[in-house]
Amino acid sequence: MSRDKDRFLNILLISPSILAVLIFVYVFIGWSVRVSLSKWKGLTADYTWNGINNYLELFKDPRFHVDIRNTVIFTGVFVFGSIILGFILAVMLDQGLKGEGFFRSLFLFPMAISYIVTGVVWRWLMNPAAGSRTSGFNLLFTNVGLDSLVNQWHTTPTWGIAAIALAAIWQMSGYTMALYLAGLRAIPLELKEAARIDGASEFQIYRRIMLPLLSPVTLSALIILGHMSLKVFDLIIAIAGKQLPLDVPAIYMWQVTFDGLFYGKGAAIGILLLISVAVLIIPYIRYTLKTEAQS
Amino acid sequence: MNINLRPGRHWLYIPLIAMAIFYLLPMYVIIITGFKSFAEIDLKTMWDLPKGIALDNYIEAWTKLSPSLRNSFLMVIPATLISSALGSLNGYVLAKWKFRGSDLIFPFILFGMFIPYQSIMIPLVQFMNGAGISGLPGLALAHIIYGIPITTLTFRNYYASLPQELLEAAKMDGATMLGIYRYILLPISLPSFVVVLIWQFTSAWNDFLFAVILTGNREWPITVALNNMAGSQIISWNVQMAGSLLAALPTLLVYILLGRYFLRGLLAGSLKG
Repeated sequence: MSRDKDRFLNILLISPSILAVLIFVYVFIGWSVRVSLSKWKGLTADYTWNGINNYLELFKDPRFHVDIRNTVIFTGVFVFGSIILGFILAVMLDQGLKGEGFFRSLFLFPMAISYIVTGVVWRWLMNPAAGSRTSGFNLLFTNVGLDSLVNQWHTTPTWGIAAIALAAIWQMSGYTMALYLAGLRAIPLELKEAARIDGASEFQIYRRIMLPLLSPVTLSALIILGHMSLKVFDLIIAIAGKQLPLDVPAIYMWQVTFDGLFYGKGAAIGILLLISVAVLIIPYIRYTLKTEAQS
Repeated sequence: MNINLRPGRHWLYIPLIAMAIFYLLPMYVIIITGFKSFAEIDLKTMWDLPKGIALDNYIEAWTKLSPSLRNSFLMVIPATLISSALGSLNGYVLAKWKFRGSDLIFPFILFGMFIPYQSIMIPLVQFMNGAGISGLPGLALAHIIYGIPITTLTFRNYYASLPQELLEAAKMDGATMLGIYRYILLPISLPSFVVVLIWQFTSAWNDFLFAVILTGNREWPITVALNNMAGSQIISWNVQMAGSLLAALPTLLVYILLGRYFLRGLLAGSLKG
């Protein structure tokens, strides 16, 4: 009797959340797919069937090509930079130095602030103005005699988006550091000791033993950071506003939908973004839950 | 902890301090600029220390941004509390009351945490308009619902780590499902609540995308107001810097006071821990 009541209760407790997720995630995705297959352009909804024309148009659209190029450059610089920097920081902090906790908190604090704040500040740090109006990092470089480092930052043709990735690395490398540090702490100390006794140098220990053992962490970092770079939006808006050379799919989607009222096309961009994220994330969720079930 | 510190490692402080300077540079500029008087403001001297302590920039930024700081608090507090409470109940059911299909429900909820919100943006706006929910309540609702996956994940992992015997013993004594939650699990859930509350507070406070789409200018939370202030030609960079500090302060304070819990939320977000 009470068992049945419990069974009823636990379904009752969880169903509002399930219903909310069902509607706001899955029904909405289906709805977006439907919009992406429509001719909807303008303030009133129009579900006239348009097949996959919105998608085909996007693939031919030069602006969307810029978006893809920018996303690839951003992802490459941001993911690679954050992983390398995060790993190096984690290894340095794993040496049992005094003040470890202080440095760890310091490298992680940018995670607590918003991309908008980061963007507003970096926009002035990466001021590309030259001559007597030089400021920000360029001014700092000039003052310490590193004139060769002075550059155009995000206004550099083609590669400007890489400068945005630098700000993103500043914000997120502490996160990869935290992931690696947690991973390093989970490796038994005896392994390191044994390698030392066998005469391995510290560098070899990290390169040959720790790094391979940490490959699940590297995989997590790759996927989490990779899917973040597909979604990058706020940071670019705050640094540069909506500028064509720094365009990405998330900004294009926003502009084409809410400024241009071309809902069909906007929905198509949203769905393409979803597919690219799902390709990374679904296997990751499956893999994580499977390893969890085994342990 | 790594105990085998060997004496030759002190040179590591050199790269560590260099990195610390790199991480602090933007904060340094924000803070010193904020304290300069309007007369001292010049991009050419942006790295120089202020000559005295002036509060002009903070006063100006505060006048411009205080309504939106208020909006942020009004929206973030209910969003944080409600999604954390829901996450705790879901986590309890999913970890301790397995039913047919419950193993499928967890990844089904989890996926919602990773979707690019552009893929649900149009229906979300249509739904909110259709339901007549607008502005801050709508924004809070979006944060509650899209917060459910991460809050559920954190609590589910915590409750799953508790021994099943704890529940079995209580069941033997005739405790009901809700009784077990109320009298056994809830009292020991405080650390998880702190993790989840911090996480939700930080992400709702820092959100820009939902805010820019769901709110109009009287209801802008701080991120949107700050971004618009930075985009306007009239407000100078020094006031923007002061505004950035105001916008960052609440989450920074939480981080400084409760950093340990923040880190745990972070690791949970990668499905680890």
